Amino acid sequence: MIHARGLVKRFGDFTAVDGIDLEVAPGEAFGFLGPNGAGKSSTMRMIGCVSTPTAGELRILGMDPVREGPAIRARLGVCPQTDNLDPDLTVFENLTTYARYFGIPRVEGRRRAAELLEFVQLTEKSGSTVEPLSGGMKRRLSIARAMINEPDLVLLDEPTTGLDPQARHLLWERLFRLKQRGVTLVLTTHYMDEAEQLCDRLVVMDAGKIVAEGSPRHLIETYSTREVVELRFGDDAPATYVEKLAGIGERLDPLPDRLLLYSADGDAAVNEVHRRGFTPSSVLVRRSTLEDVFLILTGRTLVD
Amino acid sequence: MDGTFAVFNRALVSYRRLWQASVFSSFILPVLFVLSIGIGVGGYISGVDGVSYLDWIVPGVLASTAFQMAVGESTFPVLGDFKWVRGYHAMRATPVRIADMIAGYQLYIMFRVVIAAVVFLGVSALFGAIHSPWVVLTPLVCALLGVAVSAPTSAFAASIENDSYFALLFRFLVIPSTLFAGVFFPVSQLPALLRPLAYASPLWHAVELCRAATLGVAPPWPVAAHVAYLLAWAGLGYLLALRAFRRRLAD
Repeated sequence: MIHARGLVKRFGDFTAVDGIDLEVAPGEAFGFLGPNGAGKSSTMRMIGCVSTPTAGELRILGMDPVREGPAIRARLGVCPQTDNLDPDLTVFENLTTYARYFGIPRVEGRRRAAELLEFVQLTEKSGSTVEPLSGGMKRRLSIARAMINEPDLVLLDEPTTGLDPQARHLLWERLFRLKQRGVTLVLTTHYMDEAEQLCDRLVVMDAGKIVAEGSPRHLIETYSTREVVELRFGDDAPATYVEKLAGIGERLDPLPDRLLLYSADGDAAVNEVHRRGFTPSSVLVRRSTLEDVFLILTGRTLVD
Repeated sequence: MDGTFAVFNRALVSYRRLWQASVFSSFILPVLFVLSIGIGVGGYISGVDGVSYLDWIVPGVLASTAFQMAVGESTFPVLGDFKWVRGYHAMRATPVRIADMIAGYQLYIMFRVVIAAVVFLGVSALFGAIHSPWVVLTPLVCALLGVAVSAPTSAFAASIENDSYFALLFRFLVIPSTLFAGVFFPVSQLPALLRPLAYASPLWHAVELCRAATLGVAPPWPVAAHVAYLLAWAGLGYLLALRAFRRRLAD
């Protein structure tokens, strides 16, 4: 579906995407994970054929995005980071006017609009204008709109940013259903849980480069340990404990507010901390996540 | 072509939702102008070029209504679709081409201008201000004028970040054109030095064509020259809009 070799995007002196290689297969749910400014959105815009690559090779659905943009876009569904729905039109009209952009006949457009509103659970809002809808509803409408041309490939740029937890879960559930139908999904996110929930495979991006690639589980196994212990020490700076706790677990990462201790056996590590005579003010043993992978790979937290 | 009609369709659907907001400026205001100036002021004037002032001013107000509507509909709505609504970005993600975005909106401008012209002509006919069957061509003249000013205005709207530039556009181009391009008094009344400014305005050419059509007389320049001048504005405006839209939507 997507093939990229040495893909580069520069804006003047600034290199947003710095030579990445990608391969996305049909039916896959593929994620770009990284902080703001990592180059995820720039990559997505090149895949969506609205931004021209500065250098490198890019093929979408086997076609050249520069010469065959309209033909590729006819088979893509795009859900942008900032909603660009028509606020004055009704929910239903937003879908039917958009259907016309793809040359879908009126009657067929109306049929698909009704079906998609059912799918994103907005049928009751069909006649309402978009303006008063909640953020989650607007995002669901954007996703329905992206599906109007029955695309082979759906691009979702930060699909749940800014939504409350309930709205996020509903959206994830709908996206999971799309995946089950065999739709290829490509999404960007800076949420770990989102990547873990939705992606079969993902790349971690930082400063325009891909720093790791694999399934969420593979990344965690490769770069992190099975468990992570979060230790807090009252008012003391966590960094001062790095030396004192050296040798416990496989790795220690001091953050401004807490110390992360990576270990295959979290409870054993906690026992060792106590045995050395330290009493943290709080202790949390949890499973390792992609957040930890990102921290290990880049030395920085993901959302800051 | 599909893309052009899809863009036109979207503008029509929006208009169907919002048409009430434009009733006053599109339909009522021009009639008020004719009543107050044509009949009120006209009562003190014996006539212009041998016709009553009302008859003389109707084609001018007709063209200037089309002029103001076409400019107005290409300012905030176009900038808004780049900046706030981001409707052009939505289209950009589909097979719709940039040329379709511009051409589709120009179709909509023509549609709006023609509807307003027909309504206005109907009212004017009731006052007995129509004197020639050539009047049927005036909506077409208005449509051509509409594109001649809407296309370059769209290009302008697509090039700016801040809507305060529109105030300058109205202050220095739209209002002076309306006042001095032969709508309310003949351009021959202007000092010779200023007349070329009136001739440069696309509005003057449309006013003269409309006036020739409603009164059944020949326009001051050959019809082909007036039409060619308006076509040149439309064509150049389209190219400028194409360039401005491409820049704005690139990367």
